[in-house]
This record gives sequence, structure tokens and C-alpha cells, in this order.
Amino acid sequence: MIAAVLSLTILGVFCGWLLGLAARYLRVETNPLNEELQQLLPGVNCGQCGFPGCAGAAEALASGKAPVTLCPPGGQPLVQALAAKLGVTVDAASGPPLLAHINEATCIGCAHCSPRCPTDAIIGASKQIHGVIQDACIGCGLCVEVCPTECLQLRPATLTLKTWYWPKPALSFGG
Amino acid sequence: MKLFDFWGGVHPAGHKHLSADQPIRIMPPPARLQIPLQQHTGLPALPVVKVGESVCKGQLLARGQGAVSASVHAPTSGTISAIGDFTAPHVSGLPLPTITLDSDGEDRWLDREPLPDPFALVPEQIAVHIAEAGIVGMGGANFPAALKLNKARQAKVHTLAVNGAECEPYMTCDDRLMRERAAGIVDGVRLMLYALQAPQAVIAIEDNKPDAIISMTAACHGDPQIRVVVVPSRYPAGSAKQLIQLLTGLETPAGGRGTDTGVLVHNVGTAYAVHRALRQAHPLISRIVTISGGAVAEPQNLEAPIGALVEDLLGFCGGVNGEIAKLLMGGPMMGQPLPSRQTPMVKGTNGVLALTAAEAQLTTPSPCIRCGRCVDACPMGLMPLEMSKRARHDDLDGALAFGLIDCISCGSCAYACPSHIPLVQYFEYARGALEAQERAEQKSKETRRLLEQRQARLARAEQAKVEAAAKRLAEKQRAKAAKAGVGVAA
Repeated sequence: MIAAVLSLTILGVFCGWLLGLAARYLRVETNPLNEELQQLLPGVNCGQCGFPGCAGAAEALASGKAPVTLCPPGGQPLVQALAAKLGVTVDAASGPPLLAHINEATCIGCAHCSPRCPTDAIIGASKQIHGVIQDACIGCGLCVEVCPTECLQLRPATLTLKTWYWPKPALSFGG
Repeated sequence: MKLFDFWGGVHPAGHKHLSADQPIRIMPPPARLQIPLQQHTGLPALPVVKVGESVCKGQLLARGQGAVSASVHAPTSGTISAIGDFTAPHVSGLPLPTITLDSDGEDRWLDREPLPDPFALVPEQIAVHIAEAGIVGMGGANFPAALKLNKARQAKVHTLAVNGAECEPYMTCDDRLMRERAAGIVDGVRLMLYALQAPQAVIAIEDNKPDAIISMTAACHGDPQIRVVVVPSRYPAGSAKQLIQLLTGLETPAGGRGTDTGVLVHNVGTAYAVHRALRQAHPLISRIVTISGGAVAEPQNLEAPIGALVEDLLGFCGGVNGEIAKLLMGGPMMGQPLPSRQTPMVKGTNGVLALTAAEAQLTTPSPCIRCGRCVDACPMGLMPLEMSKRARHDDLDGALAFGLIDCISCGSCAYACPSHIPLVQYFEYARGALEAQERAEQKSKETRRLLEQRQARLARAEQAKVEAAAKRLAEKQRAKAAKAGVGVAA
């Protein structure tokens, strides 16, 4: 009995030590940026970017093979976060974020848009006027592409008293 | 009573003589009132009336929703002509959901039943009545008063400090209220003390209001629980944290609340509103406002209905002389610049100032010379020059490390600055930018959650499809087998 317990324990400790050594000396060096970028990405491996999962997308981003606008589900906030991380400038990065907006007068309730929405921000059923939940919309624009009547548009988010804040003072002497 | 001191502070010119000797005039309701549904911290109130409905004075228009909210009542009788967006009393001029009430000129009250004896109620019930009357902190913080009382009772505060310091220049509304309606204030203080179950109250008044000190001392004469304390006139003695420091010598911990020191601060106007709500069943539908400034023809103190437009208030004071260089809601130190006169006054409005160019002293900023006067002036012991430098270069975390969150936006630093740097605007900008960052982070977290949920849902649907197909197949086979079985039996 004791011999069995002892031998198994020794075996376990030895194997653990071997694994530890392997992890230290046989480690594959990766770009630390990959991991940071992967943290920013949604992490659901939807594959819409054309890379194998978010890890693949992060690698492509880090090596400069993909633009920061690669991730449709991430929307504008992600584009800005990636641009800031990688130190690149994006044209549409300034101003309030864009959100989808449905013109109720021209919506025909075709229900083409709602299945495409990565965050389920579009509500409505077939032959019913659809609506966008503004808080859930990320402005990726996937819905805009399929709307047959062009009633779906990306518009800048409206400012409210909760989101407005004082601008930075403009100084004549340049700060 | 021994007084302590607070760090910093400034001595801006008072300008109180413009309106200090004008008795409170009751302003009749104008033809149309714009009553915002959000006049308080927290969630907006939910309307309980419909467009076209006629309402009586004092009738509930919108009920507070959620834990932090306040109800809104009709300031006069009339018809609801619209429920929609209207310019908020805010520097941005953005809209707020607002109820429009067209006065019928009768000012007809709802049937009121004042409580026979509020002291017969349990303390919690007093707070319920205060909440029903829609009372918020009237010193400008706009925090629902009942909630503040309840929290303070649970925190077992030992002193209620009643704030009659009124340190903002030009403002005389609290001064007039204390001079003319001292008995009501003291009754409100007694009610609040009972609701708090606290042993003592201190009414703090700055020494530049001798008449108010006399009338308040007379009103609380013989009451062992309440006393008047005269505090030196120095801005911002009327700020809650500085007032606590003056009275107790205790500093509110960074990021903490005033009640952490065992003292709850309420404005004299709030005490008076509590008195009216419990003794006369009079909800918070009007308040005292100071209309002053060099551009106002007859500066005075009005008891005006909530929802009256700045235009109406100025019109009632004889209109405007010359050109307004700066229109402010509140005092010159902490007031909000207003983009338009078509904005309503709300429960937290203590005054409207129309300043001439000479008074407003519109200056152009020049570079910081690091003289340190802002550091000497800051009552919170912060270093405004370091914080503004970081805010200017968008080093928000750096500004945060220098105590940005503890800034009370009193404006003492900007007042003391010889370079006229808009320091407070830098801090407001930095705080807003930090909040925007937080919102963006929150949104990306939410997005991730929504994406995951969608993927899970799609996977579930796929799984269900596969199972349904398998079930159909199995059923088909069973039916076939049964048929074959029947065939064999036959």
C-alpha cells in the first residue's frame, strides 16, 4: 500500500518537474503584442475577418497584415482601441461613434438585417417595422449592406446630458 | 461653540447689496411653464398625466422611478399642453424630457389634508412624506432629500448641519428666507432631526448676514437641540465638506461622503421645503430665487414657480438693462452659463444672474507662471496647476493621481489665477473624458457578452435542429417497423 502511494507520488512529482522544464526551455516565443490585441478583440472566434479565430486576427494585426477595421462585430469602439494600441491613425476615428438607425417610413419588415446583427441589436419580426436598440448597437454596418430599401443608415450617436461634457479649453498661446 | 478652519478659500466681492434688502416677492405663474422631468440626481420621473389633461396646483405630474429619483408636481392649475423635449437648464442647451403646463390663471389647489401631527409618525414615515413632496437638496446638489435622510439615519449621524452660509456672491435667497421665514425653517429642522433621530442641529450662517443671524437665533430660542453658529465669510464656507470642517475640524475622507464624519448637511431651503410639505401638504412646486446682476433692471428675490422660464423671471424683474455679457443659472463661482433665456428654472436653481461686460470680466488666458496661488486657494488641498497641466495634455490618469476626483469645482483656483486660466473647465473636461472612457469600456464588455450570447443561441438552435432531424428519422423508422410488423402479423 505505502509502496504504491509513494511510487505514484514520486512519479507525479517527476513528471511535473519535466513539464515545468519543458515549459521553460521549449517555449515558443510569440509577440507579446498578440496577447494584448487578443484581449481587445471580442474573443468569440466568429471568423468574419477571414482569419482563423481572434488569435489569428490578433497575429495578423500585430504583423501589419490586416487593417484595424478588420473586425465587424467590434464596431467603431474596437477600431479606435486598436488604432490607439497600434499607433495608427484612422480617418473616421474622430467625432461621436456611428450607430445604425432605421427610417420607419421606408422599412418594409423584410427581416434581412436582424439575423446579420452580431449583437442582436435589431428587433422586429418579418413584416413588422424593425428598430435598433441603441445601447447594443456597435455601428459595424453589417445591416446597412443588406437593407433593400436603404432605410438603414449609420448616424452619429446623439449627445445627451449624460454623455455631454465640457470641451478642452482652446488656448491662444498653444498650451 | 469652537470653530475650526478649512484650508484655502478666497474672498470674492459679495455684490449681495443688489438684492439683499429686497423682500421676497411672490411671482404669479406665467402663462406657460416648462417642467423638466429630471430636476434631480438619478433617473427621470415618469409622467402620470396625459396631454390635454387638466391638473390642479400641487397635483402629481410625474412619479419618481427607482431608488434615486424624485416626483414632480404641478406648480399651478392648468392644462398639460405637451410632454416632450425642451431645453435643459444646462450649458450645453441639450434637451430634457419636459412637461408643458398652460396655466388657467386660477391657481386652484388640489384638496389638501395637512397631517395633524407629523411627530406622531415614525421617523421613516417622515422621509416617505418628504419623498412624496418631491423634495431635493436645494443648495444645488439636487440629491433626493428623503434618501439622504434615510442613509444618514442608518449611518447614525450625530449632527445635522443646516447650511445658511450662502457664500456665493450675488446670492441672497437663503438670506431672505432666513430673515422672513425663520420659524418655518426651524420647524423643518426639528422635523428633519426627528426623521434622522439625531440629537442636535447647528444652523451655520456667515457673519455677513447679521439680520438673518438675529431672526434665526430668535426662532430657535429656547430649543436645546438647535443653535445658530456664526461662521466667518470666506468662499466656499457653504460647501458641505468645508462646512463640516469648519464645524467639527474633521476632513471628509477622499472619495467619501460628508456623513462619514457623522455630520449631515442640508440647506436652509430644504428645511423650509420639509416644513411646508409636512405642515401644509405643500409639495416642492416653488422656491426662492435671486434675480440679480448689473444687467437686471430691478434685482430682487422671488418666490417663483418651478418651470418658469428665465425670460419670465427677468421680465418680472423689470427686464434687462443694456446687453447681457453672461447669463448664469446660479452664482458667478459655480453657476452654469445659459445658452438661452428660454430655459426653465428648476428645484435646484438658487438664482439667475445677468452680468454686464464689466462684471463678467471676460479675459483671455495666458500661460501658467507656476505662482502657486491656485494651490493656496484650493479648499480641498489639491494642486490645480498640476491637474490642469495633465488634463491639457490628456494625461487623464495623471490628473486622477493628483486628486481630480476630490475637486469640488468651487472655482476658487480659477478666481485666484493671475493668468486667468479656465482651470475648472480643464477639470470638468478631464472628468467628462474619463467618464466617456469608462462608458466605452463598459460598452465593449457588453458587446462581448452580447456576441457570446448570440453564438450560444446559434449553437443551441443548430443543436435543436440536429436533434429534431434525428427524432424525425427515428420516428420514420419506427413507423416503418410497425408497418412491417403489421404486415407480418397479417
